[in-house]
Amino acid sequence: MFKKILIANRGEIACRVIKSARKMGIKTVAVYSDADRNALHVKMADEAYHIGPPPANQSYIVIDKIMEAIRATGAEAVHPGYGFLSENMNFAAALEAEGVVFVGPPSPAIEAMGDKITSKKLAMEAGVSTVPGYMGLIADADEAVKISGEIGYPVMIKASAGGGGKGMRIAWSESEVKEGFESSKNEAANSFGDDRIFIEKFVTQPRHIEIQVLADKHGNCVYLHERECSIQRRNQKVIEEAPSPFLDEATRKAMGEQACALAKAVGYTSAGTVEFIVDGNRNFYFLEMNTRLQVEHPVTELITGVDLVEQMIRVAAGEPLPFRQEDLKINGWAMESRLYAEDPYRNFLPSIGRLTRYRPPVEGKTLGGGIVRNDTGVFEGGEISMYYDPMIAKLCTWGATRADAIEEMRLALDTFEVEGIGHNLPFCSAVMEHPRFTSGNITTAFIAEEYPDGFNGVALNPQMLRRVAAAAAAMNRVAEIRRTRISGTMDNHERHVGDNWVVTAQGEDLAATIAADKDGSTVTFADGTAHRVTSDWTPGQPLARLMVDGQPLVLKVGKIPMGFRIRLRGADLKVYVRTPRAAELAALMPEKMPPDTSKFLLCPMPGLIVKITVEEGQEVQEGQALATVEAMKMENILKAERKGVVKKINCAPGASLRVDDVIMEFE
Amino acid sequence: MKDILQELEDRRAVARAGGGQRRVEAQHAKGKLTARERIELLLDEGSFEEFDMFVRHRCTDFGMEEDRPAGDGVVTGWGTVNGRMVYVFSQDFTVFGGSLSETHAQKICKIMDMALQNGAPVIGLNDSGGARIQEGVASLAGYADVFQRNIMASGVVPQISVIMGPCAGGAVYSPAMTDFIFMVKDSSYMFVTGPDVVKTVTNEVVTAEELGGASTHTKKSSVADGAFENDVEALAEVRRLIDFLPLNNREKAPVRPFFDDPSRIEDSLDTIIPDNPNQPYDMKELIHKVADEADFYEIQKDYAANIITGFIRIEGQTVGVVANQPMVLAGCLDIDSSRKAARFVRFCDAFEIPILTFVDVPGFLPGTSQEYGGVIKHGAKLLFAYGEATVPKVTVITRKAYGGAYDVMASKHLRGDFNYAWPTAEIAVMGAKGATEILYRSELGDKDKIAARTKDYEDRFANPFVAAERGFIDEVIQPRSTRRRVARAFASLRGKKLANPWKKHDNIPL
Repeated sequence: MFKKILIANRGEIACRVIKSARKMGIKTVAVYSDADRNALHVKMADEAYHIGPPPANQSYIVIDKIMEAIRATGAEAVHPGYGFLSENMNFAAALEAEGVVFVGPPSPAIEAMGDKITSKKLAMEAGVSTVPGYMGLIADADEAVKISGEIGYPVMIKASAGGGGKGMRIAWSESEVKEGFESSKNEAANSFGDDRIFIEKFVTQPRHIEIQVLADKHGNCVYLHERECSIQRRNQKVIEEAPSPFLDEATRKAMGEQACALAKAVGYTSAGTVEFIVDGNRNFYFLEMNTRLQVEHPVTELITGVDLVEQMIRVAAGEPLPFRQEDLKINGWAMESRLYAEDPYRNFLPSIGRLTRYRPPVEGKTLGGGIVRNDTGVFEGGEISMYYDPMIAKLCTWGATRADAIEEMRLALDTFEVEGIGHNLPFCSAVMEHPRFTSGNITTAFIAEEYPDGFNGVALNPQMLRRVAAAAAAMNRVAEIRRTRISGTMDNHERHVGDNWVVTAQGEDLAATIAADKDGSTVTFADGTAHRVTSDWTPGQPLARLMVDGQPLVLKVGKIPMGFRIRLRGADLKVYVRTPRAAELAALMPEKMPPDTSKFLLCPMPGLIVKITVEEGQEVQEGQALATVEAMKMENILKAERKGVVKKINCAPGASLRVDDVIMEFE
Repeated sequence: MKDILQELEDRRAVARAGGGQRRVEAQHAKGKLTARERIELLLDEGSFEEFDMFVRHRCTDFGMEEDRPAGDGVVTGWGTVNGRMVYVFSQDFTVFGGSLSETHAQKICKIMDMALQNGAPVIGLNDSGGARIQEGVASLAGYADVFQRNIMASGVVPQISVIMGPCAGGAVYSPAMTDFIFMVKDSSYMFVTGPDVVKTVTNEVVTAEELGGASTHTKKSSVADGAFENDVEALAEVRRLIDFLPLNNREKAPVRPFFDDPSRIEDSLDTIIPDNPNQPYDMKELIHKVADEADFYEIQKDYAANIITGFIRIEGQTVGVVANQPMVLAGCLDIDSSRKAARFVRFCDAFEIPILTFVDVPGFLPGTSQEYGGVIKHGAKLLFAYGEATVPKVTVITRKAYGGAYDVMASKHLRGDFNYAWPTAEIAVMGAKGATEILYRSELGDKDKIAARTKDYEDRFANPFVAAERGFIDEVIQPRSTRRRVARAFASLRGKKLANPWKKHDNIPL
């Protein structure tokens, strides 16, 4: 076995690899850019080597820099993680030349699978099911109809040079093919000056399901079952699970065996993933093979008990796989939520900055019999920088069933405290509550279909609202009693905290009577329903762990006048707890509309103004570009939401703005 | 007998009805509560004891003798806030528009006298059209009687004003002399002369909201210390403030049970200072992490945001915080921030509230507008306030403490009790670049030489140890242990006794 390995990566995956290496008694070397000087992976590793300035193309993906680090530290092998150099055959070749072991597949396998056309061809040769289609040129509509008939309906007619939906038609019948072929051809000619058309099978109700394979250098190859990654936003995976709620045993076996066949065909070793698209009838088609460790590998580890990183290292060291296919069973269910520094309330725009609070849930066994695992590369007080992937953490839960895993995930997300930056935790929570998600009836279009207008938070269902209201009433009582215990009160005329309160949340007034005893409180609502609340919460704690009616409930709690800001399950609520009289008077207060910001162009993220493309007094049309803001090295073009006239421009190029700073005003 | 008892109830019912149902509804329609409803929300349930419910005005001019409502447009008395005594007056807009008459003023004066005598805060809920014109000079005399009591009470009992409707003309000067003014957004305004007079005299066209609304006074004029969304929220937040304040200047700041470990270590503070000295960070994070339960009651949040002022608790006891805010104007001192902080420091000192100061100050803001505006005298206010304060003073320098601003910000030299610095502190006359340009003027042409000189200066002075060598810094502390160190410092100062020489009063540069 190796004595020392270098991890040519950063963030959570570098930390993840270090953990397995440490477990195996292997010394680790981290590499870091200027921006990562104080990063977690640097602290965790036994040694760290500086490789240059923050941009990855000047540090993490410069092969020479990594080679220099290897020479300087004497590492015998390199784990590339994912991204960066993980699928770079030149890197694998460079290591080979230097006699350093690459913890990954041989470079020819990387090369073969790195090309879409070659990989599809190889897959077909290996007997892997691929999307049926005709890649050649199609002369006329009649030929199109003939080909479509061979493929089977529905089909997709695509322009060769196409993009952005232009020149693309879905046809369910012969007549639609005829019609679609002509119009696609015309559109393609007009849009791209290239009227070449091809046809392939249109996959309905598509799901993204992938097979994890592991192969050693002794000809053994196994599959570790599947992961379903259908919950994606613009091709970025957000939630993954294993197994898939959709596959049956036969399909699983067929997919697994085909994946292994492909791996063997290309001489694959190490861990790899064969991605499939699966339609509503469980027909599956090969998409591509990822010749590296996947981001979402933990869910596979949780249901198989295999440490994939460990096996990758062992395979790289020449050891044979310690298990055979029949040893690999599916145990329970695992979920993964990817926490990104992306603000869901602002159309998932990246959010950078300091993590003023970062408290993940405790890892390991839960009270409910599940498991929580959190793969992370950040820490409280750390920085989410603009240079790299905005992933904060991968939160995974395991349960005996899918429903258990989901329930564990809900609680784990509620327990996860991340403050200081915008992040998608509320969105992940909302998906865990979504009936379509819990039913398992998902496709890759889930987010686009269920959140067509973006994410604006969710409302709690009536039962949950009452549990939260009961919790708030109990917490408020504790806080109010503490307030009466201040010094300087009038002896014998202390304030008595009453038992009757009105909890107001989500526009509903719930009259509540609270009866407290030494173990907790019983909150009874006007309709007679009672909730038992116990908790060790004390005023000021930002996280309240309660038991409501014997079920755990975790709330993120902030103070507002006469109540709490409470966050859970994707909801962000103001929950007022007032005396009946105060509630009555509060009802007289006018509802104030938030200020009308439609007359302003606000900076959606912290960044630098690169360009202002309009002038004061200019009339702008809906959709017209107004300004360009650079953030996370990305140029974001801000466009007019409606027609208007620019009244005033408040900043010039070069200005550094914060979120919601006013860039320009309209008349 | 029963009839006689019943008559009391009847009379009370009439007095409680104020200006009648129609005017009460009009008040509600404006989004405002009535004087009595406000008192209900301000005080503990059932704790209000009213005075002078049956007082009526004595005016006989302009037909006023026909209309003599009981109470005369103001509800006065005392009650408790979380069991602690406070005095309160609440002007009743439904009775003569809350206008101030001779008797109305007498009612206010009565509870102010009692507050002073018995040592409890005065809370004024202002909602008044102004002087009762029918009473003429008697009304003006009434204002002056209230003013005189505001002045006498200043520094003896806390005085809080909540502006919950109009407050115009001479009326503004009573709140102006109290310790804190809060306003209700969209339904309150304050000005000496209203929009009509402004138009007549200066031809300026301005709305009441622009001239003296909550936004104007919290952001531009600094007259108000805070603004709240509505009456209910404002009164809840006044209750919260009262929990931070001592009842009078003879008492220590209040203490209440706390659930936050005074020795809590905050590792994240070790990384709060950015690597780049020109990059800002949010000083409020430090305040929240040092405070009990991250509970911070900020005063003048929207004005001169380059300095932060407000109350926190440490080990359950109130502490006043003053902190430079690097996020705004790099945290420099200027006219506005000096005035804001000076007034806050003097309040704390007057009421025995210990002061915690966090320093990251690059100096005073340069420029003609500052000099013409009198930054010399305004800056001196803060210097004066810190220097005369005898309460426990703990200071932590987090980063920059340059020049005269270092001296001003509760330095050791101004009788600071504990002066701590983080290892990232730089205590010097000025930044390295500026210093070398003066010290080595002759070498300015040689970039390399100047760079080397700058580096030398940084190595020598851009740290806390030069000051620590001289004892100007008592101890260099780890950022993560700031809460523990500060808590222990204040704990050790609970018995502090320090008196300034006797004087009639000082002559702070106003």
